[in-house]
Amino acid sequence: MKRKFLRTHANFPVISINLKFKINPIPIVIGTKIRNQLNSPKYSIALNKYHQKIASAATEDMVLNMGPQHPSTHGVLRLELITDGEIVKEVIPHIGYLHRCFEKHAESLTYQQTIPFTDRMDYLASMNNSHAFVMGVERMMGIDKDIPKRIEYIRVLVCELNRIGSHLIAIGTYGIDIGAFTPFLWCFRDREHIMGMLEWASGSRMLYNYIWVGGLFYDLPVGFEERCREFVDYFKPKMVELNQLLTDNEVFISRTANIGVLPLDVAINYGCSGPMLRGSGLKWDLRRIDNYSAYPELEFDIPVGKGEMGAVGDCWDRYKVRVDEIGQSLKMIEQCLDRLQKELKRTPEFDPRSKLPRKTIPKAQDYYVRCEGAKGELGFYFMADGKSEIPTRVKARAPSFNNLSVLPEIARGVMIADLIAIVGSIDFVLGEVDR
Amino acid sequence: MSFEDIKLLLVEKFSPEVIVGEETGGLQPALLIEPARIADVCLELRNNSKTYFDFLSSLTGVDYGTEENRFGVVYHVASIPYKTQLTLKVSNENNRDLNDLPSFPSITSVYRTADWHEREAYDLVGIFFEGHPDLRRILLPDDWEGFPLRKDYKTAEYYKGIRIDF
Repeated sequence: MKRKFLRTHANFPVISINLKFKINPIPIVIGTKIRNQLNSPKYSIALNKYHQKIASAATEDMVLNMGPQHPSTHGVLRLELITDGEIVKEVIPHIGYLHRCFEKHAESLTYQQTIPFTDRMDYLASMNNSHAFVMGVERMMGIDKDIPKRIEYIRVLVCELNRIGSHLIAIGTYGIDIGAFTPFLWCFRDREHIMGMLEWASGSRMLYNYIWVGGLFYDLPVGFEERCREFVDYFKPKMVELNQLLTDNEVFISRTANIGVLPLDVAINYGCSGPMLRGSGLKWDLRRIDNYSAYPELEFDIPVGKGEMGAVGDCWDRYKVRVDEIGQSLKMIEQCLDRLQKELKRTPEFDPRSKLPRKTIPKAQDYYVRCEGAKGELGFYFMADGKSEIPTRVKARAPSFNNLSVLPEIARGVMIADLIAIVGSIDFVLGEVDR
Repeated sequence: MSFEDIKLLLVEKFSPEVIVGEETGGLQPALLIEPARIADVCLELRNNSKTYFDFLSSLTGVDYGTEENRFGVVYHVASIPYKTQLTLKVSNENNRDLNDLPSFPSITSVYRTADWHEREAYDLVGIFFEGHPDLRRILLPDDWEGFPLRKDYKTAEYYKGIRIDF
C-alpha cells in the first residue's frame, strides 16, 4: 500500500508541471530516477530535455495546453503551446490518447479479421482503409487480377462516396473552426444521405467491414444505383450553394488566405500527402500514379492549389483542393454508376464472394501497399511468414500521422487564432494518427 | 532506375560493403544496407539526380522473433519525379536487454518525416536512433514500461497501480 502511494506521488509532479508556472525543477529528477532503474540514462535524455524546456519556458513565456478536449483539435489531440502573448513560439503536439494497438492486434488476428480494425483507423473514410488493406493482401495472394470488374467498380463507388463524406466533414468543421456555423449543418445534412446509402449496402453507418479479401460482403442492394444517381443530382447544386456560402466568403478568405503557408519542399520532406501535398501545388495522386483498382478506366482531374487567394499552399488552397475533389469524386461516381447499370449490370448468378480465398495464406514475403485514402497516402506494410493466416508484422502508414507532424514547422510564430485555422486545414483524424 | 542500377550506383558511390545483401523473392525487392551507413545511403539516394528518392513513405521497426534475436528497420522510399519505389532494410542482433536497445543511425537529417516514425519505432519496438533530436515516446505514456511490439512482451497488468482489464 505504501509503495503504491510512493509511485503515484513520484509521478504526480511530472503531470502538474505545466499547470504551475513557477515550480521547483526537483520533482522532475525524482521522476527520472524511477525510469533509470529500467533503462540506462541515455534513453531518458530527450524526456529530461523536454521537461526542462517546459519548466524554463514557464518562467518567461506562458505554456498553454490546447486540448485534449478542445473542440477545434478535432478529437483528442493535445497541443502544448509556448506562447509569448498572442504569438505561438512553439507547438509541441502530444498524441496517443486514442491509441488502440492496431499493429499489436493485427499480429494476433487473421487478415480477414483485421479488416474491421482498419475501419477504425480513419473512421470518417472506413471504406478507403479496408480497400487499401484488402488490395495489399490480394496482391500478396496473387489474386488481384482475378477480381471481377463489377466488384472493382463497386469498391471504387463506395470509396468515392466515403471520400465525399470525409471531405464534407473536413469542410464543415473547418467552417466551424473559423466561425461559420451554417456550412457545418449543410455538410452534415448531405453526408447523412451518404451514410444512409452505405448503411443500406453494408449494414452499418460508419464502420462498414464491406470490402473483403477477394470480394465484397454482399452485392449492392437492388435499387442502390438509382438511389445513388438521385443523390448525385441532388448534391451537385448543393455544392454550388456551399461554395457561395463559404469558399468565396470574404471573412473566410481573410481568415485562411496566406495563413499556414506550406512550401512544397517542406511538404515533401515531411511526408505530407493527399490534399496537403496537392494544396502546395504538386499533382500527386496515387489513384493516377499507381493506377490501381478501376481508377485507370475512370476519367478525373487532380485539383491542385494555385494560390488564387494568397500564396500557394496556404490554408485556403488546402480547403479548396478538398472542395474540388468532391466534384471529381462525383464525376467518378457517375462513371461507375453508368458502367454498373450497363455492361456490368447485376446478374442473378453474380456472387461477390465467389473469389474469397478459402485460406488466406500468402507466400512468405514482405509487401508495402499504398493507396490514396481520403487524407493522403495510406500504406500497409505486411510481413507474411508463408505458414499461417496471421501476419508476423503489420505496420500502418497513416496519412494523418505524417500530415500532423508538419504542424510545429508551419505553426511557428503565428497567432493563436491562426493556429486554429492551420490545425483545421490539415484535416487529420485522431483515430488514424494514434491507430 | 531499376533495382540493379541503384545497387550499382551505391557500390560505385560508397563501397561494395555498404550493401550487405538483397531480398528479391517477393513482389518488392529490398536492399539490405550496412546499418552504420544508412543515413549516408538515404542522403545519396535522395540527392542523386538519377534516383531522387525524396519521399519517405514509411519507416517500420521490426522484431524478427525470439529465436533470431534480431531487430531491424525497414524504410520505404518513393521518388516523386521518377514515380519509383524502393525498400531498404537494416538489421542487427540484440540480446533484448532493456539497458542495451538495438541502435541505428537516425535519418531525421535526411527526411524530417522520419522524426515521428522513429519515435514510434522507439516507443513500440524499442529501437534507439542515434542522433535523433527528440527521441521520446510518442503513442504511449512517457512512463510506460516495456515495448509492446516486441515478440517477448508481456501484457502489462497494472498501470500506475490501476489494474488493466481486458
